[in-house]
Amino acid sequence: MSESTLALGQLFNGVSVASILLLAALGLALSFGLMRVINMAHGEMLMMGGYLAYVATSLFGKGPGFWIGLVLAFVGTTLFGALLEITLIRRLYGRPLDTLLATWGVSLILQQAARSIFGPVGVEVTAPAWLGGSLALGGTVLTGFAIPAVRVFIIVLAALVLGGMALLLTRTRLGLLVRAVHQNRAMAEALGANTRAVDLIVFSLGTGIAGLAGAALALIAPVTPTVGSSYIVYAFLVVIVGGLGSLTGTLVAAIAIGVFSAVAQIFTSVSAADVLLLVAVIAFLQVRPRGIVTQFSRALEET
Amino acid sequence: MARKGLLYGLALVLLVAAPLYVPPYELSLLGRFLALAIAALGISLVWGTAGMLSLGQGVFFAIGGYAIAMHLKLANADAGQLPDFMQWSGLDKLPFWWEPFRSPAVAFLAVLVLPGLAAALLAFLVFRRRVSGAYFAIITQALALAAATFVISQQPYTGGFNGLTGFNNVFGFALTDPHTQLALYWITLGTLALAFAALRLLLDSRFGTILLAIRDGENRVRFLGYNPLPFKVLAFAAAGVLAGISGALVTLDLGVISPAMFGVVPSIEMVIWVAVGGRSSLIGAVLGTLLVNFGKDWVSSAFPELWLYVVGLAFILVVTLAPNGVVGIAKSWRRPAFARRERPPALVK
Repeated sequence: MSESTLALGQLFNGVSVASILLLAALGLALSFGLMRVINMAHGEMLMMGGYLAYVATSLFGKGPGFWIGLVLAFVGTTLFGALLEITLIRRLYGRPLDTLLATWGVSLILQQAARSIFGPVGVEVTAPAWLGGSLALGGTVLTGFAIPAVRVFIIVLAALVLGGMALLLTRTRLGLLVRAVHQNRAMAEALGANTRAVDLIVFSLGTGIAGLAGAALALIAPVTPTVGSSYIVYAFLVVIVGGLGSLTGTLVAAIAIGVFSAVAQIFTSVSAADVLLLVAVIAFLQVRPRGIVTQFSRALEET
Repeated sequence: MARKGLLYGLALVLLVAAPLYVPPYELSLLGRFLALAIAALGISLVWGTAGMLSLGQGVFFAIGGYAIAMHLKLANADAGQLPDFMQWSGLDKLPFWWEPFRSPAVAFLAVLVLPGLAAALLAFLVFRRRVSGAYFAIITQALALAAATFVISQQPYTGGFNGLTGFNNVFGFALTDPHTQLALYWITLGTLALAFAALRLLLDSRFGTILLAIRDGENRVRFLGYNPLPFKVLAFAAAGVLAGISGALVTLDLGVISPAMFGVVPSIEMVIWVAVGGRSSLIGAVLGTLLVNFGKDWVSSAFPELWLYVVGLAFILVVTLAPNGVVGIAKSWRRPAFARRERPPALVK
């Protein structure tokens, strides 16, 4: 493999990592934008989705089990998210930092539970045969550069989810309500929107998408009890850079951060790329403290 | 007030005399936990009083710890030789930034100054543009992650995953000698008492009042003509210094500093000590540190699997049921029954 194909491969890896980050960050960005809630257990939704996919493929075989696993991961984590919202997050409304700590507690419990059930060693989810190969681009300047089909699948999945969310937010009644609550909670409530229900739906949809991301992640990396914590910090950085509750901002930020670390890893090391990324985010906040896409508002007290 | 002072005095006397009646193992734990409580005091200052939640205090803790450990590594190396881990990594020359740490004075100064500077810089860069407290929490957590992975990766210069260890000779005294340990205990206790008293004075001053006001209504503080930025930066720098001192003392006590002691999880554990004790109370920070750490020692030796469940539940229960921690519960008992329902401290508008 030549220098340029190596760099291109790294870039492509960056985009596929970015699509996982995007899926993980979508739910965070939406519920943060809407409810000012930071869900530290969001990473464990990735982990839970991964394990659900693992359970499905070991029960139903890797052909049908793969699709069942995707559905199961989405439904399971959506339900868990709903449970979490009703039992915990709703009670801490208006105390963002306390929500952060309480959900961190939830994440510790989930990690230990996963360790007790599945053991500390990672489990593998084998992709079905049609995702096993890779798309080779022979005969051009890119000879020797092959794209693994699994990574293409993840990018397509992320694009589909993003498109679905965009349609949901702009073309449905629920989306209208979500945007209304996001823009002005008190006014939406005064006009009869059931803001608590909107919160619940958005939050659990967000955890469900994270679960789906976890199932997708399980195809390229082993699922471990701590798999969520290694992604969640980056997902949070995506939310910060993207701006609150904006799909466009989250998309741009996810790609920027995914590609930034992939490119930084070519020139430095993985760990130095982490440091550079953090420096870049802090520098970015000097220019745009509210992220790429900001909502115009005359309100003073906004987070 | 006088009764409170008497109580604190009594507690101090009991702690000073602890070596007389506490068994050696428990005493060594007590010493280490008192050192950790110094970092907890800082968290109480920035989170409980000023409303800035930091999930990265471990980083400042580590700067203090590594500063003192670097000096000790150099002092313990054979004459003309590099520290052992550098030889193993094939280094033939001391990195230039290790050179100043040959001097004990520089190392001591570094323990005090470097964490404070780092904390001040971070707080300045983040709060300058009025970034919200939630963002700050996330950025500090990313800092803890980046710092730990970076230190692990720089094996030849930082000792990597194993950290810096293997220094028995501390300024001419043997670290394992019981007398050194005893002296270290009293030094730790003295530092903690000093830090406690200094913070008490600070909180009772106008500076403390402004920090409280910033927590409860930052924009109102602005409208009253104050710029909150220098207050936040100073408070965060003070907490950084306290974390650095704590790190140096713990490093001396354990004889090691490593990334496992300051990454994401250890950093957020520091916050739970303060949350359990009572975030807006200095004595709560100390009590919480002792309570959680002795609890951890007990639970994780008796039922190692259970510890994470216990911490997780502690986070959830404290935040939902007792936001002012142990101190809040104790206070509510002294109030008439109808006033006992605990209210969360006003952290947002």
